[in-house]
Amino acid sequence: MAQRVLMKGNEAIAEAAIRAGCRHYFGYPITPQTEIAAYMAKKMPKIGGVFLQAESEIASINMVYGAAAAGMRVMTSSSSPGISLKSEGLSYIAGSDVPALVVNVQRGGPGLGGIQPSQSDYFQATKGGGHGDYRMIVLAPASVQEMASLTIKGFELADKYLMTSMILADGTIGQMMEPITFEDTEVKTYEKPWALTGTNGQRKHNVVNSLYLKPDELEQKNIARYERYKVVEENEAMWEEYMMEDAEYCVVAFGIASRVAKNAVVAARKEGIKVGLIRPITLWPFPKKALAKAAEQVKGFVCVELNMGQMIEDVRLYTQCKKPVSLCSRCGGMIPSPEEVLESIRKAQKGEF
Amino acid sequence: MKTTQILIAGFGGQGILFAGKFLAYKGLQEELQVSWLPSYGPEMRGGTANCNVILSDTPVGSPIVTSPDVLIAMNLPSLQKYIDTVVPGGQVYVDSALIDVKVERTDVEVFYIPATQMAKDNDIATLANMIIVGHLLQNHPELDFDGAAETVEHLVPPKKAALIELNMKALNLGKEYKN
Repeated sequence: MAQRVLMKGNEAIAEAAIRAGCRHYFGYPITPQTEIAAYMAKKMPKIGGVFLQAESEIASINMVYGAAAAGMRVMTSSSSPGISLKSEGLSYIAGSDVPALVVNVQRGGPGLGGIQPSQSDYFQATKGGGHGDYRMIVLAPASVQEMASLTIKGFELADKYLMTSMILADGTIGQMMEPITFEDTEVKTYEKPWALTGTNGQRKHNVVNSLYLKPDELEQKNIARYERYKVVEENEAMWEEYMMEDAEYCVVAFGIASRVAKNAVVAARKEGIKVGLIRPITLWPFPKKALAKAAEQVKGFVCVELNMGQMIEDVRLYTQCKKPVSLCSRCGGMIPSPEEVLESIRKAQKGEF
Repeated sequence: MKTTQILIAGFGGQGILFAGKFLAYKGLQEELQVSWLPSYGPEMRGGTANCNVILSDTPVGSPIVTSPDVLIAMNLPSLQKYIDTVVPGGQVYVDSALIDVKVERTDVEVFYIPATQMAKDNDIATLANMIIVGHLLQNHPELDFDGAAETVEHLVPPKKAALIELNMKALNLGKEYKN
């Protein structure tokens, strides 16, 4: 077995990206994700890669767009306010159907907000921060190990479906250290016949563009893109179920909130409350099937998140409001304690939602 | 199932995060599940620092320490802020060279170690943190003191190899200190 090493979540993302074949990183510093850029700055020059600190977030996302169009495995990383700045570029990348990996190590918002952990960019990530009809694959790691494995997965899915994969992490998982192993797993790569690699006079030139002035042509582009999204929704949803077999109540939480929630589920079980946890690993596509199934099984849901209640809307949507859903949340950089989550579970058992 | 939640708190520059890293690596060495979470926010920028370490024989849930089994307080504000969060029966390590009050709680085990003074007297002024850690290891046989040198070697970059010996000196001072 590979050796266990201690690593920060942010460093794990950077190391995994390099192992996934990423040789182009463009970024701009912001707390709490700067270790990603620092790691890349140190490593990329030694392996023939490119690390470039751009003059702004907008410049860096457009560099990502360019490198993606040239067929490179490319990434950028930022935190909440920086992702807002990158959102124009995310829309252009989506409209051009090129693959990229974008990391958001979230901090509290809105505005400049704070620098402590948050999950308040759920809407922005899953419903689209930029303009137009588009989707991103949104991966929500809950451990340092997953920071690495989902980064590799994110590059693979981006290339497979020609879209952006976003790692939606938070300040806690970015800053914490945990043991991690890098297995020598094979990383999938994909042919990119559409890439702008130079024709060498041998083929018709390729075009990467998001401008379609003829409405019927633009409509067809969007329809074709959504056909692809449908395949992603059918095949790529990932989630973890914990103690759900006999559960009468279900906690739904992702990322760092799911770690706190797990402690509360264990504590509630000790009190004899039959409660389980569904942890969405992909936030888009949302694990609809798991939620629909749970809605037939449990008496109610408790949604735990670090915002004013964002994922709870999807929980209600995909359970078709069949069972009540309560919200246990803190925001602005605060994190609920396991006791607060436990109290919400106790209330659910009493029928208080 | 045994889980030890450790909270280390003090000023920036006292090696709070390094002490935490040492304990996390030590746990890794003993094949425990571990997590290490630093303060990175305005607190740190304003001068205070703290660090959450969890060592467990089962996977770590939340990495956030809200009810520590072990508190290491390296200044008075940290002791005052966290003393009431320690679980009954828990351990509190106090740098008594910097903190001149006694802990009022009687349901916790308190170790007063004048670590900052001991460090000064032994020409290792920046290693008060490791003196306290040395004393802690002595009280925690599951973190085998004999392997400590290996952990230190792992943490100190090759360029600063001279620090290995000094860290070991600090750990031994803490180990031998009689409370």
